[in-house]
Amino acid sequence: MPDSNTNILAVGVGGQGIILASEILTYALMNAGYDVKKSEVHGMSQRGGSVNTHIRFGKKVYSPVIKEREVDILFAFEQLEALRYFGFLKPGAMVILNNHTVNPPSVSLGIDEYPGDVPQTIKKRFPNFHLVNGLDLALKIGNSRTANIVLLGVLSKYIKVEENSWIDAISKVFPEKLININIEAFRLGRKEG
Amino acid sequence: MKELLSGNEAIARGAYECGVTVATGYPGTPSTEILENIVKYEGVYAEWSPNEKVALDVAAGASFGGARVLVAMKHVGINVAADPLFTLSYTGVKGGLVIITADDPELHSSQNEQDNRNYAKFAKIPMLEPSDSQEAKEFVKIAFEISEKYDTPVFLRTTTRISHSKSIVEIHEPKRSPISLELVKNPAKLVMLPANARKRHPIVEERLRQLKTFADEFSENKVEINNANFGIITSGVSYQYAKEVFPDYSYLKLGLIYPLPEKLIKEFAGKVKKLYVVEELDPYIEEQIKAMGIKIAGKDIFPICGEFNPSIVENAISPSSKQHMKEEVSLKLPPRPPNMCPGCGYRGIFYVFNKLKLFVAGDIGCYTLGFLPPLSAIDTCVSMGGSIGHAMGLDKALGDEAIGKVIAVIGDSTFLHSGITSLLDIVYNRGSSTVVILDNQTTAMTGRQEHPGTGLTLKGETAKKVDLIELCKGLGVEHVRTVDPFDLTSVEETVKEEIFRKEPSVIISQAPCVLLKSQRVKPSKPFMVFNEKCNGCKACIKLGCPAIEWKNIKDVSKTDKLTSDNKKRKGIAIIDSMLCNGCGLCQQLCKFEAIGEINA
Repeated sequence: MPDSNTNILAVGVGGQGIILASEILTYALMNAGYDVKKSEVHGMSQRGGSVNTHIRFGKKVYSPVIKEREVDILFAFEQLEALRYFGFLKPGAMVILNNHTVNPPSVSLGIDEYPGDVPQTIKKRFPNFHLVNGLDLALKIGNSRTANIVLLGVLSKYIKVEENSWIDAISKVFPEKLININIEAFRLGRKEG
Repeated sequence: MKELLSGNEAIARGAYECGVTVATGYPGTPSTEILENIVKYEGVYAEWSPNEKVALDVAAGASFGGARVLVAMKHVGINVAADPLFTLSYTGVKGGLVIITADDPELHSSQNEQDNRNYAKFAKIPMLEPSDSQEAKEFVKIAFEISEKYDTPVFLRTTTRISHSKSIVEIHEPKRSPISLELVKNPAKLVMLPANARKRHPIVEERLRQLKTFADEFSENKVEINNANFGIITSGVSYQYAKEVFPDYSYLKLGLIYPLPEKLIKEFAGKVKKLYVVEELDPYIEEQIKAMGIKIAGKDIFPICGEFNPSIVENAISPSSKQHMKEEVSLKLPPRPPNMCPGCGYRGIFYVFNKLKLFVAGDIGCYTLGFLPPLSAIDTCVSMGGSIGHAMGLDKALGDEAIGKVIAVIGDSTFLHSGITSLLDIVYNRGSSTVVILDNQTTAMTGRQEHPGTGLTLKGETAKKVDLIELCKGLGVEHVRTVDPFDLTSVEETVKEEIFRKEPSVIISQAPCVLLKSQRVKPSKPFMVFNEKCNGCKACIKLGCPAIEWKNIKDVSKTDKLTSDNKKRKGIAIIDSMLCNGCGLCQQLCKFEAIGEINA
């Protein structure tokens, strides 16, 4: 295990399943023997607000919060929210972006404009960039609500954790009847993303 | 066995492992999950009390009977419970009594960021502060031991980053409490009349002296000597931030933050050249250390407001390391504040308040979001139950000026928490305010907890459900009416009638929270905009519903600049059928019959 820790920042909009996906990620990392910490703020963020979850893992983790400019992987569920956290990224950070937009209130009201061509903006700054159509992939297995787990499958390709640790984590977090479909979603993301 | 637990889950586990049999509290971010988790353990009686004062009173009774008791609340909840708190410091306990105060630096979900460490000093109650989930669990056990050994309630203080961060915890089997359950009369200790209380005060002072000695030997006040040039005194999550950026400095990490270990601090100060105190919010530790005659850097370099993070700690101590944080591309992004859900029963009420240009005395809950544009219809928000008093005060101060202009709005859980007595005040003192109770059958903001009006307990058992109408009538309110908040005309008429009435009145808006599972079984059909009829007037947009979006005509493909009956338009409204819950408010506002049910 390397001495330095890895920092993942998961961002998006309340209701997209970010907290659950982060929960699975954290369990998988613990299963694989890492020290791991996860920090998020719930409460107000549930009501369609901006959500961010910090996940840090390695040999020994102190702060549950990632230092500015120290994010190794930005795991973004929504385009605008990906842009919002640019200042946290390390130069050369990897960005995994779900190709999805959710209008904030001021855009719906016609006051502000949604930023144009977000994927291009990100790619210019962070060439290590992966655009994923999470919803399309989730619909392939017939359940739009598994988009978050498809995205987690994509992320899993870049983290040194054996597949069975992921599967154990998914099995722990979901109720019995939802385990299989989510394992399927995870494997799809891991394969196709 | 290892588990991944949040600070809150770890506190619940710790309480279970050391034989807690009674737990009480009132929901409040970031403390809520403590009770939600403790109730799952066998042999623990856990309740949502109507408010924090009741929670602490019940806990005190259980402790007097010998039970180990945990009470959990957010920082401002301690204000509500402060009355019994200060005197429980005098009575002491029989079974251990541990009070969790969950502070919220940065005000992630609170109305202020008060530093409750001050309560420890103020009420002369010892306080522990964990720095991760493992410590949160272990400190609960230590707190019970201190409580019983020193005959005192004990505080365990968390902050949002401890409560809501997960880390790895070693799980143990539960042990029974060593204290026996029995009824023992002890008026000299429990009846705090002046004559008795006067004798208890010196006992409290002696206890503090003993606790100071204990603090100097306490194994969770840890000294780590590394680089002797720099020493940091800290506790809680601040320790983690400091350790992250200055792993080689020397540390005095405090597990007990009241009383402070004076001898240990002096020794540590003598071993290092330059001394810092790293603490969020008030200079609480700093002032006490300075009073010991020790030179230490603190709030002269650290902020008082907001929470810390590793960068703030690093930049304060070694500004030369300061990174150029300015973005090369300055991105001005639209904010994304939380919003009322699509289909929320509150939206129509606030729409009407806005339309009638009322001054709305507000309260604490999801409905405080009615403050945001375009509804913009909350004008005060201070404390739980405060709205009703605000309306009464405005009415009394302004007299006839206020008639027809002021209204109070409060949720069901908040009303039962601390609105009842304020309503009684209006009745008793010849007030004439109108109070709207938003009855959504849950404590919504904190994640839908039960309360005395839901018919269920924390454990999920059926319970007697308070009848809000009869309750208000019983207090003496003669005009109590109910409205369906999805019927805008009826809401407007009812509100108009009641605000001009020169007697107290209550309007109860009845609509369960859209997130309640029982309501999800039968969702209404989503609505849609008939493109050709929409003339882009934006009437529906004024609801601020997340499911409705206004689009400029140039951004909409295949759409004409004219409606089907040749009216000019700049844009059109669009309803996202994935988000729409079919409440129908927007349809009521559309003058062009451009909104209807899908498949209608």
